[in-house]
Amino acid sequence: MAQTGTTPLLTPKDFASDQEIRWCPGCGDYSILAQVKKVLPTLGVSREKVVFVSGIGCSSRFPYYMNTYGFHGIHGRAPGIATGISAVNPELQVWVATGDGDGLSIGGNHLLHAIRRNVNIKILLFNNRIYGLTKGQYSPTSELGKKTKSSPYGTIDYPLHPLSVAIGAEATFVARTIDVDVKHLGMVLERAARHKGTAFVEIYQDCNVFNHDAFAYATDKDVKLDNVVYLEHGKPLVFGKNREKGIRLNNMTPEVVSLGGDIKEDDLIFQDERSDNPALAFLLSRMHYPEYPEPVGVFRAVQRPTFEDRLIEQINTAVQKQGRGRIEDLFDDGETWVVE
Amino acid sequence: MSTTTATPATKEPQGTNGKKVVELREAAVRLAGDSGDGMQLVGTQLTNTSAIFGNDISTFPDFPAEIRAPAGTLAGVSGFQIHFSSEDIQTPGDKVDALIAMNPAALKVNIRDVEVGGIVIINEDAFTKSDLAKAHYESNPLEDGSLDRYRVVRIPLSRLTADALKETGLGAKAIDRCKNFFALGIVYWMYDRPMEPTLKWIADKFGKNPAVSEANARALKSGYYFGETAELFPVSYRVAKAKIPPGRYRKITGNEATAIGLVTASCKCSKTLFYGTYPITPASDVLHQLSRYKNYDVRTFQAEDEIAAITSAIGASFAGAIGVTASAGPGIALKTEALGLAVMTELPLVIINVQRGGPSTGLPTKTEQSDLWQAVHGRNGDTPIPVLAAATPGDCFHMAYEAVRLAIRYMTPVLVLTDGYLANGAEPWRIPDPDSLPAIEVSHPNKPNDEKGYMPYKRDDHLVRPWAIPGTAGLEHRIGGLEKQDVSGNVSYDAANHHHMTMVRLNKVLGMARDFPKLEVDGPAQGDLLVVGWGGTYGSINMAVRHMREKGHKVAHVHLRYLYPFQKELGTTLRGYRKVLVPELNTGQLRQLLRGEFLVDAVGYNKIQGKPFLISELEQVMTGLLSEK
Repeated sequence: MAQTGTTPLLTPKDFASDQEIRWCPGCGDYSILAQVKKVLPTLGVSREKVVFVSGIGCSSRFPYYMNTYGFHGIHGRAPGIATGISAVNPELQVWVATGDGDGLSIGGNHLLHAIRRNVNIKILLFNNRIYGLTKGQYSPTSELGKKTKSSPYGTIDYPLHPLSVAIGAEATFVARTIDVDVKHLGMVLERAARHKGTAFVEIYQDCNVFNHDAFAYATDKDVKLDNVVYLEHGKPLVFGKNREKGIRLNNMTPEVVSLGGDIKEDDLIFQDERSDNPALAFLLSRMHYPEYPEPVGVFRAVQRPTFEDRLIEQINTAVQKQGRGRIEDLFDDGETWVVE
Repeated sequence: MSTTTATPATKEPQGTNGKKVVELREAAVRLAGDSGDGMQLVGTQLTNTSAIFGNDISTFPDFPAEIRAPAGTLAGVSGFQIHFSSEDIQTPGDKVDALIAMNPAALKVNIRDVEVGGIVIINEDAFTKSDLAKAHYESNPLEDGSLDRYRVVRIPLSRLTADALKETGLGAKAIDRCKNFFALGIVYWMYDRPMEPTLKWIADKFGKNPAVSEANARALKSGYYFGETAELFPVSYRVAKAKIPPGRYRKITGNEATAIGLVTASCKCSKTLFYGTYPITPASDVLHQLSRYKNYDVRTFQAEDEIAAITSAIGASFAGAIGVTASAGPGIALKTEALGLAVMTELPLVIINVQRGGPSTGLPTKTEQSDLWQAVHGRNGDTPIPVLAAATPGDCFHMAYEAVRLAIRYMTPVLVLTDGYLANGAEPWRIPDPDSLPAIEVSHPNKPNDEKGYMPYKRDDHLVRPWAIPGTAGLEHRIGGLEKQDVSGNVSYDAANHHHMTMVRLNKVLGMARDFPKLEVDGPAQGDLLVVGWGGTYGSINMAVRHMREKGHKVAHVHLRYLYPFQKELGTTLRGYRKVLVPELNTGQLRQLLRGEFLVDAVGYNKIQGKPFLISELEQVMTGLLSEK
């Protein structure tokens, strides 16, 4: 990402476009938009260096509402478009706004491959576990048995878990946050923005029209502290209203334990987001409500050369070794002969 | 049956002194064997040698889709035909003058293309009972008289190669693999070709493995000296240098030409070339070639699929590079939705379709011209995209270059059609002077183009929008697949605007004809018959039409390289002839377009066999048409 020291201080307003926002009133997307606009000015990146790319779906209207460069693509293909942009101009900060349908269903393939290449893009996956724009069919993250317009008898498809998918695809940065948890959301967005390589962020987002309160367990004031565990690097997994519970590893299986008595914080799992081994991150990604509190925060953040780093390195090496290519050399490749 | 049974060379090589040399105007030779026999490799060597020698050349590699079908079977036969001539030629030749058949299957598949009285060189070691059975021969063609019409030369190629290489220290398998060079040596002797270019190539190629290098070189020489010593023929042949326009030449295949055309265009306008693609036959060689050009700042991206291939190219264009993608028909089908996106966002993009036999997976390694409708019409919505087509392998260079020029000038995707025949076929290519190529002008705005700010869809006189790229302060804007309000580029569902924008997109593309070169007519401006072709059939049609004119007919040839829109003169030209014939390797796709556009009563000649036209069949069709009232 490009840091420009001379950029005048910008405000969230500078990142707002003049377009009317057309999401449903009460949609979780508003909160995400607000936090993105709040975080961007803190990064020291000038507006013209920022590009938002999207596919199709409610989340994919995102670029229109940002006063940056933007590309509203076709369904599922934002990672491809973003890869092309970043490959030819790695100075840009490229974001992808996608959803559970766009990113994991029709565009699943592209998501996997952008992640495994470690393209320097920030992927925000708005997960509302429903198809909103097409008015209420089940999505690849809908829970098994869910009744929707297209599954009146309940779905028979097992859901995907976005973070497990990302970790399986060798993601270097993986995080989860929640639309209404604005402080946490802001923190995660900033960490993602500052990560070099693919940053994958799952955002629990409420579709208040077609799947309202899908994440109430994680957002309702009365219960959320019992249902969510906040990850912090180097800290034990402690949760509960009074931080009285923790997660311990029993062989390969996490278990919820009550602190006090024989069980101390030292016995719990300690988050290590920098571990080269993705096993812990994957294990955390398998913890689901109601069996477990669901982890939010940064699951994994490791450094690895990006796609762009390696691409530019190959070009620079070739230019150093062979000199900058000239048309004449291109033509003279192989044997030539002269006809008089 | 005129059979020469040869014996192993035991004598010292002799010179050709005293042997009668017959001057030929041209020769068509086909090397055929198992797909593991290295026929494409030695075919390429014969091509290079003949080109460097100064002949005009045209080649036709013909290989199976299977990498290694079971050895010795009909499905596994791989052939390489080369036509070299002392005169201007355009095709690999209708008929073969000499066939080298490494096994019975190769004989069976190829014998029908050999000229009556032609030479058939046979590796008799491969005519065992089981080999014959694999080729479904009920009796041995070497013995049953079925080859009586040909001059058959039986040579124990495997054994001779083994004898020649027994002191190399290589294993029996490695030695047997050299028999293709032994066969090539025989061909070099037959046609008086110099061995030096191939010996040099062998030294370069196998330099790291001296034993293999030495073995292949020795196999080539042994084959050559065997031909000389065994007196296979009472004469040897010579095809003199061709009188072709002066200049510096190289040999080029269509795919090579496409690749360097793209890179040349990027050099001309000092832009990064981004090539997003997914491997597919017969387009992959363009990727292989481009991936070598890192020092030209060519950025190749082997995407996860065809869709990512094109969308990444669109992203690259949005960011200011030259975005290019290529595929064959099935891959282009997958890219269709993204083509619409490129039309809607009005970004420059080049899409190359190296056509192959369809539908579906079809005939992956065979040629066809059946994607014209797909190119012109195959999208949802009113989605005009200009379509160009290359006529010869070398022309792929010019059409790839032209596509980049037009894409940038008109901010539009441009489709280029080549085909498997052009892609893999080779011809001598006169190297152009880089300064003689048309300029490719690029301008990226750096300040707002309107008092209200930057208007991404504010157009110039030719309806072309500006190309502001990310990183430019003050010109931040959003584009996408939803309908845009003209000028501002904001999302618009307004009825009148949609009508207006649809017409603007159409008229912009139709207007590009102003920038196309004048239509070339080969032959009389008026007459009895106009033959209209496009794409890789150029050579066959052009030769056939020339022959017809030599016979006194008033026949002209127009070969379209601009298929959408058409060149402005085409309508008038079509009306200058009594009849219009459109030969195509499809069911009549161009014919239909011509009839629809110009209300002309064009008739078709259509062949859908995965093979190019023969000159003779086209002459027959023309003769038939001209005899009708």
